[in-house]
Amino acid sequence: MQGLSSPPAAVDLKDVEVAFQLAAGGRYTAVERARLTVAAGEFVAVVGPTGCGKSTLLNVAAGLLRPAAGSVEIFGAPLAGLNRQAGYLFQADALFPWKTALENVALGREIAGMPKRMARERAQDWLGRVGLAAFAQRYPHMLSGGQRKRVGLAQVLIRDPAILLMDEPFGPLDAQTRQIMGNLLLELWSAARKAVVFVTHDLEEAIALADRVVIMSAGPSSRIIGDWRVPLARPRDIFEIRLDGAFHDLHREIWQVLKAEVVKSYAAA
Amino acid sequence: MNRVTLLTLQLLVAVVAIALWHVLTTVPLFGTIVLPPFFFSTPEKVFGRIAKWIAEGSVWRHLAVTLTESLLAFVFGSLSGALVGFWFARRQTVAAVFDPYVKMMNALPRVVLAPIFALWLGLGIWSKVALGITLVFFVVFFNVYQGVKEASATLVDNARMLGMSERQLLRHVYWPSALSWMFSSLHTSVGFAVVGAVVGEYLGASAGLGYLIQQAEGVFDVAGVFAGMIELAAVVMLIDLVVGAIERRLLIWRPMSGAARE
Ligand SMILES: Nc1ncnc2c1ncn2[C@@H]1O[C@H](COP(=O)(O)OP(=O)(O)O)[C@@H](O)[C@H]1O
Ligand SMILES: [Mg+2]
Repeated sequence: MQGLSSPPAAVDLKDVEVAFQLAAGGRYTAVERARLTVAAGEFVAVVGPTGCGKSTLLNVAAGLLRPAAGSVEIFGAPLAGLNRQAGYLFQADALFPWKTALENVALGREIAGMPKRMARERAQDWLGRVGLAAFAQRYPHMLSGGQRKRVGLAQVLIRDPAILLMDEPFGPLDAQTRQIMGNLLLELWSAARKAVVFVTHDLEEAIALADRVVIMSAGPSSRIIGDWRVPLARPRDIFEIRLDGAFHDLHREIWQVLKAEVVKSYAAA
Repeated sequence: MNRVTLLTLQLLVAVVAIALWHVLTTVPLFGTIVLPPFFFSTPEKVFGRIAKWIAEGSVWRHLAVTLTESLLAFVFGSLSGALVGFWFARRQTVAAVFDPYVKMMNALPRVVLAPIFALWLGLGIWSKVALGITLVFFVVFFNVYQGVKEASATLVDNARMLGMSERQLLRHVYWPSALSWMFSSLHTSVGFAVVGAVVGEYLGASAGLGYLIQQAEGVFDVAGVFAGMIELAAVVMLIDLVVGAIERRLLIWRPMSGAARE
């Protein structure tokens, strides 16, 4: 049991509701009464059928989107405006195409006032950590999809955010690259434990990476309908972990719930 | 196809065209000359004229005037177009208010402004610069406006999440995005700067390549007209080469710039 002084959650979404005004008129309630708590240093994966509102939920946690109802607390303080403690790795490519890999990574530090040389040294160091030391002078279009995601990761992590929001970061990558990226992410995360909200549509990836897996229902008015703790030891190797018996049991259990939602989302479409 | 073959073939086109021109204007076919030299001149006369101009040195003065006018029109037109485009894109109310007027001015054929500029600014270079500016301005304006408005929403979100202030956003996202659009219209805007200068000269001036052509036309000196046109084409091609090199340098971060184009 924890005492009264238990630390506040890194991210606490309380009965969040998000509605979009449709261009054709009317409102679309994407998310309703969504509750999600992520402790400091905890790795939570959010899984749900496409279009259920995963990106929407992350945008709320990032402060890019204001909920119509409910509240967002970051380390116990209500969120007003942008979430300054969060780093956000977007689903779409978000590197600055006119900056080299090095400049992209250094940017977060430079705009915060760090002297250029120092920021570039740090950036070079971070590029090394994501395995791209030799690619510092490349522009984004000269990098592969996986390499771009690595640069994006370095760009976010160089600012050392306490919270890491990741929106299907490895979505467009091939299976092998995804696993390599997953291991890289776990390695970086165990070196400096941040609260991670990792959105994915891939249940295996979610279980392999996370401490907790939560499932969202199909939209509209999507909610969080399931929450499982992943009983797998760390450090993990996500190549190996898929062979684990506990992995399979949990996968089967969660899939029972998720399958129904995926079917619903296709039926609605 | 490699570079040498390509260049050879390209040269061949010129040689064949000039040879045809020569034959049709000098050798009678079935008893008549197909292209009377009075209307079509001959290659010998035209190139002789160019050689004479160069030897006399008179052509350099005209060339310098046209280039100066073009350069000034390009610089002022680009700067004002970029600034106004940027301003409009960031202030949607301003853009909405001015929208019909911008469309109106852009729809106006700029040639009709030439006499007015001559009236206001005299027959010197500034009336030509003004005409060039009205052409260059709109090209750059529309490109920069589009570039800023279409700066990817994800990119802007990412920039804000990385901690950028509104000013840093301008500098690191909107401005580069606008510039890249401006550079991608460089060929067009440089071309328009030259068009403005030459058309202005043609309609009333005392120097410049447009003036040279107009003078020749006035006395039915077809060789002079062709010589002026060839001169002008050569200059425009040279400028285009320089612009291409600058563009490759500036847009190095862009996919397909450089080797893949051309
Ligand atoms: N700006 C918007 N206007 C209207 N509807 C939107 C908007 N953004 C998202 N939606 C809708 O909200 C739902 C959730 O979207 P999103 O969070 O992107 O889903 P995903 O789980 O695939 O990330 C979708 O049905 C989508 O169509
Ligand atoms: Mg999404």
